[in-house]
Amino acid sequence: MADARKTRERRPTSFYVLAAFFALFVLFLYGPMLTIFILSFQGENGGLTFPMNGFSFHWFGNLFERQAVGDFGGSFLRSLKLGLIVMVVTVVVSFMAGLAFRRRFKGDSIVFYLAIASLIVPSILISLGIGLLFNIIEWQPQWFTSALGAHLTWTFPFGLLIMFAVFNRFDPSYEEAARDLGASNWQTIQYVVLPMVGPSLIGVAMFSFTLSYDEFARTLMTAGALNTLPLEIYGMTTNVTTPVLYALGTVTTGFSFLVIALALGSVAILRMRKGQKA
Amino acid sequence: MASDTSKRSSYFLITPMAAIFAVFLVIPLVTIVIVSFWDYDEYRILPDFILENYSYLLGSSVTWSIYLNTLKYAALTWLFTLLIGFTVAYFLAFHVRSLTWQIVLFMVCTIPFWTSNIIRMISWIPFLGRNGLLNSALINLGIVDQPLEFLLFSDFAVVLADVHLYALFMVVPIFNSMMRIDRSLIEAARDAGASGFETLKSVIVPLSKPGIAIGSIFVITVVMGDFITVRLMSGGQSASVGLQISNEIGLLQYPAAAASAVVLLITVLLIVTALLRLVDIRKEL
Repeated sequence: MADARKTRERRPTSFYVLAAFFALFVLFLYGPMLTIFILSFQGENGGLTFPMNGFSFHWFGNLFERQAVGDFGGSFLRSLKLGLIVMVVTVVVSFMAGLAFRRRFKGDSIVFYLAIASLIVPSILISLGIGLLFNIIEWQPQWFTSALGAHLTWTFPFGLLIMFAVFNRFDPSYEEAARDLGASNWQTIQYVVLPMVGPSLIGVAMFSFTLSYDEFARTLMTAGALNTLPLEIYGMTTNVTTPVLYALGTVTTGFSFLVIALALGSVAILRMRKGQKA
Repeated sequence: MASDTSKRSSYFLITPMAAIFAVFLVIPLVTIVIVSFWDYDEYRILPDFILENYSYLLGSSVTWSIYLNTLKYAALTWLFTLLIGFTVAYFLAFHVRSLTWQIVLFMVCTIPFWTSNIIRMISWIPFLGRNGLLNSALINLGIVDQPLEFLLFSDFAVVLADVHLYALFMVVPIFNSMMRIDRSLIEAARDAGASGFETLKSVIVPLSKPGIAIGSIFVITVVMGDFITVRLMSGGQSASVGLQISNEIGLLQYPAAAASAVVLLITVLLIVTALLRLVDIRKEL
């Protein structure tokens, strides 16, 4: 302890330079977000830039009037539902795949490289490919079929990589102990594996939900007739020139923050419970 | 016997993921390759085997200038995200001493990346616009007389937004590599008389290479295929390969879009193959 304190007193100059750089980086990340947050409370006669012309909730009200800016409510609900489906499917399928990859099997490297390919193939190619495929087999693209598939190609690689990281550090002797005590395969997973990897699965859930909820390029040709929220926002950027755009930004970003907070909160609760038991 | 059942369970467990990749990744990519040889008129696409989509694409000087422009965006974004990402990761890994603070600061960097990309692009408008914050500040300080026009709707804005959007893709893998560096190596370097800079150059940078390679793959591929940032931030004044593809899709010229897509995919794969020589991804997890 004393040793740590001694070194703490002698921070090198480079520390302060780097800390200042880090602070600038954080400002760079959050500054623009903060400006549109402030500007979304722009007065009724205010414009897209400063100065603030009064303070109002006018643009938030405007957002929920259907005619004024397209179908915000409908596209939000669609994105929410799609995100939740993507989340559940990604968590279950990635967990299964993670278990499978703990042993070598024929074709394992094919699936692994497919996952990597899925990550690096430009999103617009996935969109175009699925759009063309549905066009040729004469199926109507829908957000819950083609767009769901397109989103899964984006969330699975993240889910799988997180599962790899988890199981690489997972001690199999816990499972052996459970089996020695007579637990079935399913019981071992339910009572030993799942509680241990639970926090990581919440991470996968949050990742897949937010990736899907914000995905634009992969939805472009796969959503069909009804817009998801990012498509709706994109449409607005080309024809809306009022702060209602910022109000939308504030609302969706607020929602993202809520999801992140929920995920971090549940991880913290899981950790605390585990700590109490031990 | 036991290995037979365990093999069967492996196949059972991997089937859902493999099936989704087959249907929504492999078959669509094969479809693109096939359609790139098809013909089209104003209303529909016609099964055929022609090379005109490619000969038109590769024979046009527009294509080459678009590729050059896209590569320029990718190179600049790569350079800036690398410099920023390395510095931020280095600070977090070696200068922040408590694990709790490392996690907290890391989360602070990460959270914006879980919000909408389009909103994050839009959020530059009040800052960079003609009457934006930056121009007002520069005029008030007397640095310039007239608002700078190049700030928004320009190459500058595109690269700035790309760096803003993707810097984390560099921070995370480099930070991950740095956290694995055995601290005793750094002490050894110091004991052997290396200065801070020498340690950085001959110990930390070489050992961070896998992270740098993975981050580079991410950033370069995402910028190479991007079209939304270019369209929004250049205000329609610049082009990229992805934007060209999306324009062709908008005009329903699917076979032409497919041919562009195949060429883009080959370009991206060549870049990734070159970068993969530097790192074994599977070992890094």
